[in-house]
Order: sequence, then C-alpha cells, then structure tokens
Amino acid sequence: MTDVKAEWPLYEVFVRGKRGLNHVHVGSLHAADDAMALRHARDVYTRRNEGVSIWVVRSDAITASSPDEKDPLFAPSGDKVYRHPTFYEIPDDVPHM
Amino acid sequence: MTDTTDNPYEGLYGGDASHWAFGTGFEDPLATLGDTRVPEGVDPRDLAAYAVMLADDALVLSHRLSEWCSNAPDLEEDVALANVALDLLGQARLLYARAATIDPESVPGVPDGSPVPAEDAYAFFRDAGEFRNVGLVERCDEDFADAVVRLLLVASWRLAVMERLRAGSDPVLAAVAAKAVKELAYHRDYAGRWVVTLARGTEESRRRVQAARERVWRWRAELGATHPVEERVAQAGAGVDPAAVDDEVDAVLRQVWDAGDLDVPPREAVPAPRGRDGHHTDALTDLLEEMQSVARAHPLGRW
Repeated sequence: MTDVKAEWPLYEVFVRGKRGLNHVHVGSLHAADDAMALRHARDVYTRRNEGVSIWVVRSDAITASSPDEKDPLFAPSGDKVYRHPTFYEIPDDVPHM
Repeated sequence: MTDTTDNPYEGLYGGDASHWAFGTGFEDPLATLGDTRVPEGVDPRDLAAYAVMLADDALVLSHRLSEWCSNAPDLEEDVALANVALDLLGQARLLYARAATIDPESVPGVPDGSPVPAEDAYAFFRDAGEFRNVGLVERCDEDFADAVVRLLLVASWRLAVMERLRAGSDPVLAAVAAKAVKELAYHRDYAGRWVVTLARGTEESRRRVQAARERVWRWRAELGATHPVEERVAQAGAGVDPAAVDDEVDAVLRQVWDAGDLDVPPREAVPAPRGRDGHHTDALTDLLEEMQSVARAHPLGRW
C-alpha cells in the first residue's frame, strides 16, 4: 500500500479541437495518476464535443515565467515591428501564414 | 460534412470562434435510418416490451447515478458520473420513443391535456409495478464503491447485449445499440478502473469495495436470466437473449477481479420475484416518487 495523501495532485489539461491546429490549455483538474487525469479531462473538458485529442501534465512539472520578469523578458520586443513579416508579399498559394 | 479530424488546417479560415467553446459535428444516431417499420415475424407487443425493459434499466440507473452529483468524492467524479447518467438517459429516451412507435397502446395514459411526449409518459406516468428494470439498477448506493461496482456489472452486461443488438432486425433498436456501444465501453472502463483502484488502494478502500461487491452481487444472476419476452424477441431476430452473453460478462468481470486481486464470487440464484415481471423493492417506489413528483404535480407543464 502506498502512502496516503490528503489531496490528489493538480494537472493541467490541453485539448486539440476538431478545427484546432494546436492543443490549447483549457483548465486544470485533480487526479490520482496520469491515466485518471486523462479520463477526468475527457469527462470535464470534452463534454460538448470540443476535442479530438487531450494532453495532461502534472502542474508541478511546468516551469513558468514569473510576473516579475515581465519587463526584461517581453518588453524588449515591443518596439521591434520589423520583426513581423509584414513587409513581404505573400504568394497566393501560401494559405496559412 | 467533411471530417476535419485528420487535417487540422482545414477550416481554419472562415471558422467560427464558437467552435472552440462548444464543438461542432453533433450526430443524430437515427439520422441515417430509412425504413423504420417493425420487422416481420416479431410480435409488436413483445418488441415494445423489450424496448421498455432496456429503457427502464437505463432510466433507473441514470437516476441513481445522478444522485451522486455534488456528493461524489471529488468534483471530477461528480461530472464523470453525471456524464454516464446522461448517456443512459439518452438511451432510455430513444428506446421509449421506439416502444411508442412499435406499440402505441403500450404508452401510458397521461392526464387530460398533458402535452408530454410518449417518452415522458413512460418515465413519469407509470407506477413501480409497471417498470420492467432489473433489481440491480434500483437499489440505493451505500457508498462510492457501491456505485462503481454496480456500474461495472450493468455496463459489462449492457455492452455485451448492445454489441449483439447492433445486428438485430429492428433498424431503430440496432441504431440505438450502435450509439450505446461507444458510451457503454467508456462506462465499463470507468467503473472497472475504479474497482481496481479501490481494491489495490488502501486497506479501507479495499474493505469498502469488497463489502460493496458482497451487497451488489446477489443481483448479478438476474442479468443473465432470460425473460420470456427477451426469449421470444431474440428468437425472432430482433433482440438478444441475455443467457447468450452470460459467460462473456463473467469473463470480463473476472478480468477486473483478477486485476484487483479479488476472488471470483460464486454465482447465486436468480432473485425471485423478478424486476422484469414488475416486482420491485421499496427503493424503486422511493426513487419514482422523487423523479416523477414535478411531472405529476404539473401535468400540463411544458418542459
């Protein structure tokens, strides 16, 4: 018998919609293990026919940027409009840009 | 419509943002049906009674499962059990509606002026003695282990029946079965995983699941005991004889018991009198009193 914990760990849920290109973060839930997290995600987040694929990952496995780092991380790109590819002509047969 | 499942690039342009919130591509399980006449060689009264049996099992268990909403061990289990309950409710509606088309005389009388459809008449305007569900589905759950053990038994049995009913001669029952198979496969998986999890969890969870199985097990035998209506409908090719799936159900259950390191319980005698004949415990009377109270208090209501 394994040790008993008071609460199940938290998982983050990512769902790829029928029309979606990427898996999108849709929320979080509690589950005892990975397999249960996948089934809970199916039950909680795909009830309205939203998804065709689910990823779940333990929340404590995610490394997130800190709000304190917002300026050094993101502000420098705020004035560099030339990084956007808006100065190019997009050929007609390239649909997904 | 085109299936965009395998090409996520399809439809990115001109898409509607609401697709992300609600999904699209909902299916009507009866949409592709052509001829829905009652097949030859089947007594319509038998076939309607058979549909009502399958519907009653689903409706009563659906209500028992819905009682877990807000009472389950975790929010996620609330939603999971409610999903299962709604799947079963959907099966019951289609089966009642089919029973009404096959044998209009089987539709219960409703108060004068009541606008309720036939499916509601079966659900809300029959007393316990007119219900034909097996005893297993009506009993009260004592704890969560009860709920998952009972669901494992019902889902394993019903899945085996519905898999065969897909090839039955009644086109509507076959279409309902095709829809139900996908749902029941998930219900069985959900319940089986929980039984194993509890059996291999803590001492307390193992004790609970063993006690639950002892309480529930006496109702197992009725699932495999063929009722004369089931026998006649099965012989006519429109239904499934439960005796024919009994060994298969036992084999499925044995897998779960083995995975949970639980012994295989011996078979017990079929409880008599039987739910399939309209004999029920007080648990069903209490359940119906609550489930039917609003519909009966407001017989002219529109829902």
